[in-house]
Amino acid sequence: MVSLGGNRGEKLSPFKLAVAQYGVLLLMLGLAAGLWRLQVLDVDNYRQLAEQNRIRKEPILAPRGKLFDRENRLVVDNYPSVTCFLVREQSKNIEADLPLIARGLDLDIDQLRETLRRYRGQPGYQPIPIKQDVTADEQAFIAAHRNELPELETLDVERRLYPRDGFAAHLIGYVGEVSEEDLNNPRFAYYEPGDVVGKAGVEETYDELLRGQDGSREVVVDSRGREVGYLGIEHAIPGQDLRLTIDNDLQRAAELALGAREGTILAMDPRNGEILAMVSHPSFDPNDFAVKINRVAWNKLVSDPAHPLMNRAIQAQLAPGSTFKILMAVAGLEEGLAQNMHIVCNGGWGPYGYFHHCDEKHGPVDIHNAIPYSCDTFFYMLGDKLGINRIDKYATEFGYGQKTGIDLPGEQPGLMPSPQWVIRNFHHRWYPDETLDVSIGQGAVEATPLQLARIIGGIASDGHLVRPHVVFPNQLPADFRKALADSFPGSGDAYVPIDPETWETVTDGMADVTEPGLYHTASSAHLEGIDLAGKTGTAQQMSHAALDKTGKGRNTYPNAWFVGVAPRRNPELVIVVLWQNGEFSYYPARIAAKVVTAFVDKKRREAGNLPQVKAPAPVEVGAVWSSPPPDAKNAGANANVGQGRGQNAIAGGHFFVAKGQIVAASARPGRDR
Amino acid sequence: MPLRRFLSFRDFDWWLLALVLALCAVSVVEVHSSTVHTRFSSFGSRQIFWVGAGVAGMFVFAKIDYHRVLDWTPWAYGGGLLALVAVLSPLGHKALGGRRWIKLGPMLVQPSEYVKLALILMVARYFANLGGRNVTWKEIFRAFALVGLPMLLVMKQPDLGTTLTYMPILVAGLFLGGMNLRQGLILFLTGAALVGGVWSSGKFLKPYQKARLTSFLNPQNDPRGSGYQVLQSKIAVGSGGIWGKGSEKGTQTQGYFLPIPYTDFIFAALSEEHGFVGAIFVLLLYFLILMRLIQNAQTAADLPGSLLIMGIVAVLTFQIAVNVGMVIGWMPVTGIPLPLLSYGGSSVLFTFLALGVAMNVRMRRFVN
Repeated sequence: MVSLGGNRGEKLSPFKLAVAQYGVLLLMLGLAAGLWRLQVLDVDNYRQLAEQNRIRKEPILAPRGKLFDRENRLVVDNYPSVTCFLVREQSKNIEADLPLIARGLDLDIDQLRETLRRYRGQPGYQPIPIKQDVTADEQAFIAAHRNELPELETLDVERRLYPRDGFAAHLIGYVGEVSEEDLNNPRFAYYEPGDVVGKAGVEETYDELLRGQDGSREVVVDSRGREVGYLGIEHAIPGQDLRLTIDNDLQRAAELALGAREGTILAMDPRNGEILAMVSHPSFDPNDFAVKINRVAWNKLVSDPAHPLMNRAIQAQLAPGSTFKILMAVAGLEEGLAQNMHIVCNGGWGPYGYFHHCDEKHGPVDIHNAIPYSCDTFFYMLGDKLGINRIDKYATEFGYGQKTGIDLPGEQPGLMPSPQWVIRNFHHRWYPDETLDVSIGQGAVEATPLQLARIIGGIASDGHLVRPHVVFPNQLPADFRKALADSFPGSGDAYVPIDPETWETVTDGMADVTEPGLYHTASSAHLEGIDLAGKTGTAQQMSHAALDKTGKGRNTYPNAWFVGVAPRRNPELVIVVLWQNGEFSYYPARIAAKVVTAFVDKKRREAGNLPQVKAPAPVEVGAVWSSPPPDAKNAGANANVGQGRGQNAIAGGHFFVAKGQIVAASARPGRDR
Repeated sequence: MPLRRFLSFRDFDWWLLALVLALCAVSVVEVHSSTVHTRFSSFGSRQIFWVGAGVAGMFVFAKIDYHRVLDWTPWAYGGGLLALVAVLSPLGHKALGGRRWIKLGPMLVQPSEYVKLALILMVARYFANLGGRNVTWKEIFRAFALVGLPMLLVMKQPDLGTTLTYMPILVAGLFLGGMNLRQGLILFLTGAALVGGVWSSGKFLKPYQKARLTSFLNPQNDPRGSGYQVLQSKIAVGSGGIWGKGSEKGTQTQGYFLPIPYTDFIFAALSEEHGFVGAIFVLLLYFLILMRLIQNAQTAADLPGSLLIMGIVAVLTFQIAVNVGMVIGWMPVTGIPLPLLSYGGSSVLFTFLALGVAMNVRMRRFVN
């Protein structure tokens, strides 16, 4: 008390205390005003912010439509999978977390950085897909690191499951993450980064139908992104299933028949343009794309000199070779020239100084045996008489040099040269000598296998040309169907009137091609009891002079063609086989014969004309043709490729051989003998 | 002297106690509401315990004559400084990025809270000894040294919030203790210049402290970084509306969007769940408590008593202003708890002990 003793009685000034009181009052009023502003005046704004804080829209991805073959057998399925996303705004320092994420999810850290870089322009709440098909272990990693790595999210998705080993891969196409360039394209206006989109084949053309419509779930989350409840759900609308025109059995027969050869097999119903089989080898595995393809695999596919990604059936533009002679024969007969030509083939013709060779010295040749002989001399002379303008007119009328309008992306138009074309591109007059090359499908003529199928099928069908397609149009919504029809101006279905006599002469000539006989080019493809008419073609890729310089590697061998129809008039099947560098055209003819046999055998079985072997086993996706069971040869429709040619029973129907040599029904189909 | 024996609790400020306990009840309810769904769900009942301990401590302090307390004050002050040094030594317990606690058995004690009380007593004693006359510059500087020493030590921890709460003790002491207007003006200007210098030199404040101090101005600039807390707090308060979302129903509070809703941001949690009405009710309680305290200072028997109470008023007012200001986005995030409302033993105990001293002064107002 000592030190304080003197201060007793002193007081604080009441004025100062009053100042303090008013100060406190003022402060309280100020704080109250602040509360009033936030809680009364701006309440709506902050309520909205609070809702945005806690409510998150989680997408529910629509399962993509499945693909079935023409008999409703599953071709492309979906399987459930988990995708891992990264949401940048949920992390304080994403860069520091990357090594841990890369380790836990087994990702390449550079690729991860690259992915993030691509999304730099996107807002921070945009989920970035960083890993597809997350394994159970990786899911456990994500769950265990929820607090350290709050930016990782997972989403259940349905992924594409394609048949293995590239079965019909080019026709089906594949899906992938929409690319940056795509997003700038108006066609992809609907998409957001990270969406899966059809990138080739049916997947691309029909993407709009297949993709369906994503739904969403409104979930309540806490600040760590943990789900604590949910408010509402908007269900996803699954994509539309599509029925393809291909026949799994025929497709498998074609895949097996072509085997490891580089080339294509195309089977089409020329009455309506339905593609029954489309094979392009070498192929690729679309499943590699379904999960995001890694750079190494992609580069390997793209830089492969064999171009596995190229759909040869619609993208290979090659000289049609002697298959062009069918068009020549039609033109010659329609113009009234070919009927009267009776020539003697001495192994070639050279009216303009350069001697054009024929394969053989056929001797006397007229229009009836010119086609089975594939006599170049005859067609040199016919072409010379017709002249390039008339050849061009007929060729263009039947569809050379134009797209067919198939419902697959990336179709090529081929090329039909004309004098105008030469002037425009090479600035010189048309040399009559060039007409001779064109007459046998060489020179500048280029056609795609699909074009040939449409043209040959059209000629055999009395000039009725069809627009090919791989999806039955009756299942498409009206507006989509119309858009698809309008997308291709001009040559959809077309009719080019042909004189009945011309029709008969040409198709009979084609039928003789596979008949046994001297000089008949594909007599080894003769099918007993099946009316297979066709035409071979061997298209040189280089002149003989150029060949001498480069030496003769396998890749300089001529491309071998076979185009065929069955039966010869008003056919149900047109088949085109291309074996690149196959050298001899009777090889593709034999390949075609296998596929045609499979086709006819199936028809017969269905018509009840053959004893049923066994119901065909349901096609197991993923194993459609890669691993036929050991007893496949006895398994029925799918296995009788290449065997039993001719021995199969015939009993009426469309496939009668006109000459009537019917063999008695004797054996079960497909029985190896 | 003999009269002191007959000191009666009839003269105890029961009104003040009622107001304080009402506030504590609000605190317990809100601490419970904001922690019930977390692993801190026991904090509500623990707060009751702290309040109980605080009330007991308050009665003890009310019994001891504050003159005697003022006699002991230099010892308390010295001990406090030692404790602050101990905190910085390896004895200190490190958490949340700072060395602020000493571990005593199972409890963590935050010496800077008790030093606050010691400092109030010390400053009151100092200016009371000066007798209320005009002070000289030398005396002003002594006062600065008295407060500056613990401030530096707390700054070292680092604990910017508590450091700042020492300031109003000095200001109140100077304002009430006899500083004239001219001195005040000069001090204010040099203070402003010093703050500017400290800010721009970059030596005293860590970058995160600077960011925290400025981000409240534009929380939208960095909604995930230092502006996050301010933004979430404003959203919590604003979305509460007039009537609030109801106890345990605040989406910001329950969804952990609000940082530490049971301590520093408890006023935001309260405003969200009980709305404008609840917030104003609490502000009203604070206002009445402060008015009551100032009135007690007026009626105090002597200068030391008045100065003591006004020191307490200064600290409480400052904490309320800074904390509520922070919650509504007017003040930087400094980590200053709201007295009696925020969860935490040290904070609650300090407030009750300080109130105990104030009660003591009131009970002895007629003793002379």
